[in-house]
Amino acid sequence: MESTILKAVDFDAYFGENHVVKKVNIEIPKNNVIAVMGPSGCGKTTFLRCINRMHELIEGTSTNGKMLLNNEDIYDMHPILVRHKIGMVFQRPNPFPNLSIYDNVIAGYKLNGMKISKHDRDAIVEQSLQKASLWNEVKDSLHKKGTFLSGGQQQRLCIARAIAMEPDVLLLDEPTSALDPISTSSIEVLMQELKKNYTLVVVTHNMQQAARVSDKTAFFYLGELIEYDITKSMFTNPKDTRTQNYITGRFS
Amino acid sequence: MKPNIKYRLGKSRFFKGLIIALSVLCTVPLFIILIYIFKEGFSKINWHFLVNMPKPVGEAGGGIANALVGSLLIVFYASLIAIPLGIMCGIYLSENRNTRLANWTRLSVDVLQGTPSIVMGIVVYFWVVKPLHTFSALSGSVALAIMMLPIVVRSTEETLKLLPDTLKEAGLALGLPYHKVILRIILPCGISGILSGVILAVARIAGETAPLLFTAFGNLYFSTNILKPMESLPLLIFNYATSAYDDWHNLAWGAALILLIWVLLLNIITKIITKKWRVQF
Amino acid sequence: MSNIMNAWKAAKIKRSVRQIRGEKIFRASLVLISLSILVIVVAFLFTLVIQSLPSIKALGFGFLYGKTWDPVHNIYGTYPFLLGTLLTSFLALIISIPFSFATAIFLGEYYPRGWFSDFLKNAIELIAAVPSVIYGFWGLFVLVPIVRSLELKIGVTPYGIGIFASSLILTIMIIPYAASLGREMVRMVPSSLKEAAYALGATRYEVIKNVILPYSRSGLLAGVLLSLGRALGETMAVTMVIGNTSVIPDSIFAPGNTMASVIANEFTEAASSLYLSALIEIGLVLFLVTVIINMVGKRIIKKFTSE
Repeated sequence: MESTILKAVDFDAYFGENHVVKKVNIEIPKNNVIAVMGPSGCGKTTFLRCINRMHELIEGTSTNGKMLLNNEDIYDMHPILVRHKIGMVFQRPNPFPNLSIYDNVIAGYKLNGMKISKHDRDAIVEQSLQKASLWNEVKDSLHKKGTFLSGGQQQRLCIARAIAMEPDVLLLDEPTSALDPISTSSIEVLMQELKKNYTLVVVTHNMQQAARVSDKTAFFYLGELIEYDITKSMFTNPKDTRTQNYITGRFS
Repeated sequence: MKPNIKYRLGKSRFFKGLIIALSVLCTVPLFIILIYIFKEGFSKINWHFLVNMPKPVGEAGGGIANALVGSLLIVFYASLIAIPLGIMCGIYLSENRNTRLANWTRLSVDVLQGTPSIVMGIVVYFWVVKPLHTFSALSGSVALAIMMLPIVVRSTEETLKLLPDTLKEAGLALGLPYHKVILRIILPCGISGILSGVILAVARIAGETAPLLFTAFGNLYFSTNILKPMESLPLLIFNYATSAYDDWHNLAWGAALILLIWVLLLNIITKIITKKWRVQF
Repeated sequence: MSNIMNAWKAAKIKRSVRQIRGEKIFRASLVLISLSILVIVVAFLFTLVIQSLPSIKALGFGFLYGKTWDPVHNIYGTYPFLLGTLLTSFLALIISIPFSFATAIFLGEYYPRGWFSDFLKNAIELIAAVPSVIYGFWGLFVLVPIVRSLELKIGVTPYGIGIFASSLILTIMIIPYAASLGREMVRMVPSSLKEAAYALGATRYEVIKNVILPYSRSGLLAGVLLSLGRALGETMAVTMVIGNTSVIPDSIFAPGNTMASVIANEFTEAASSLYLSALIEIGLVLFLVTVIINMVGKRIIKKFTSE
């Protein structure tokens, strides 16, 4: 039996009066890739952003219910501490343009004022870039700024930056929607590697991607979690008609 | 129809010529002034000019050392006050688009920007000179700092507003505290715009006279004491130019050239910084 | 790497508390500093009003239309200075507008790019960058003798200094304000409107006259207001060239004084407190008028650019 690392209990999220995530209950097992899919406006991105408490940065938002990481409610912790444990990769690659590749990877430590020896720093940078399948491509230009990298490489840099922090969970918000097909597939391959060490929750609007990369899939519709099952089962034998309609392309 | 079209086209061509002529004419007084100042001032500047004090009336020679040092000090202290305050205010305004404080602060900055410089001098006279019972470089710096604020605040706000939100999000998602995200990611990315705003502000106040008339007041002697009256280049130019003595006129020409070069240099530096240090996205 | 993370996680609590406190302090300082700028401006107004009160109480409205300014006998009528300010500013404005607009149209419509455009743009910015005391200096030694010989030729008393010379200097100084803003406004005219006119067979001049100018009318007005605000508040160049007499000028070739220049000249010599208060009241009026004109200009710009 796989252990649960992340668990939402009756979780709600609001934009002011707008109820955008409705009573979601979900248990996410360790070292899995979980895809979260659904049509535009279904609340999947909002739900994702609640997991690392980025949702509350927008004015007028509020949440309800429990979000447990290793059985601790993250809404009882300080957001900064939460974000050390739960990392995020965004839709558009966003390496810090004023920092070199090296400094980007180590940014979570360096900008936090953490003093680490050069030896340890080098180790972290190399290991993170290795895990993100970027090391060989940039090892000779670590001290250049990251803006000359391609979109796919930049996104892998952002992944390296996030995993350098050794998070328990890595959240990815449509990580390949701004990338070309080749970069997209390299990142999908990467995700399979990453799940050995981390748990990944990926929001995607691309069904085929969900089918390709994930172990379990969650289908959101109009703010509710409609169905959550092992990916293979959901795509071959969906239990809810709405899920079925979505998968067969009735709406998107 | 033909003659009508010819007439209309002719009118259009004439108009274009008129526009070009008037536009070019605008630049003529500028060049006349620049050339004249260079001509008059160049011969007056030499090493003695830069390091000596002004001589009493009647004696030839003398220099503007007190004004040079005074200007540098007053501008330096003013920048010390205005730059951190202005940048922080600019950060607040770019981070808070619509709070009540933000809107009122923007209004205040607009008001400060439109205030005549002589009125600045009056107010700071009552705020600093009277309580201290003396004219002082400090009061001059305060007056100039208040004049710098709108420029620094504005350029900081505008620069930071242009940065994509995703930059801030990336920093926050890494678990960085808010102040680190702003100070170590956002500010460095906007450095070219902020810096050019700062240098423009310095260029602007370096040449200001009116606010110093009743604050720093001027000083015939060399002084670096912030609590005593201090000479500055624009003040010296004003006093000596309007005096009756040729010797002092000469000093004023030299000082005017130095001031002019100083202001021109700062403007050129601003342009270079804006181009070279711009952070690409 | 896990060792580092573990060590860090152990020390994390102490660090995080410090960081979280740092966040609070930072946010509080942002608010505090913005608040203090607000406070500065309010205090500004407050100081001006308080210091003008003695004069306001003693002189009332006669202050504004009294024709005599005689501090020795404690008579403070500021009409000569109001007149001087209005004359110099409006004269400068009228002369500078054709030049400002021409430059705006040149840079906004005819030559928005190219080396000559850059050259002109930089020249205009340079005009605004030159310190006013240098304009005054040059004006005093070069322009004034020229005006003097002009006055000789016309047959007017050849003071040289006076309202006319001040207006000329002011003209040069305020050109950049209406020109820069005007250029922005002219550039903002949508090409679809211009193209529609060209497609109907209009000449360039007709497009400018019938499409561009009407469309950017309010923006150009705002530019004019900005130039006016600048002219009203200008002190040093005017002080050096206007002659500094407190009688009503009998022609534009006569010397006079403006509100700003009388303050500059007499503030440090004001012996009695009523004298000082009167000067400050002039400053208050100048402040209010200039600020209002600038705010109106800015409001027009905001409305225009948000459409």
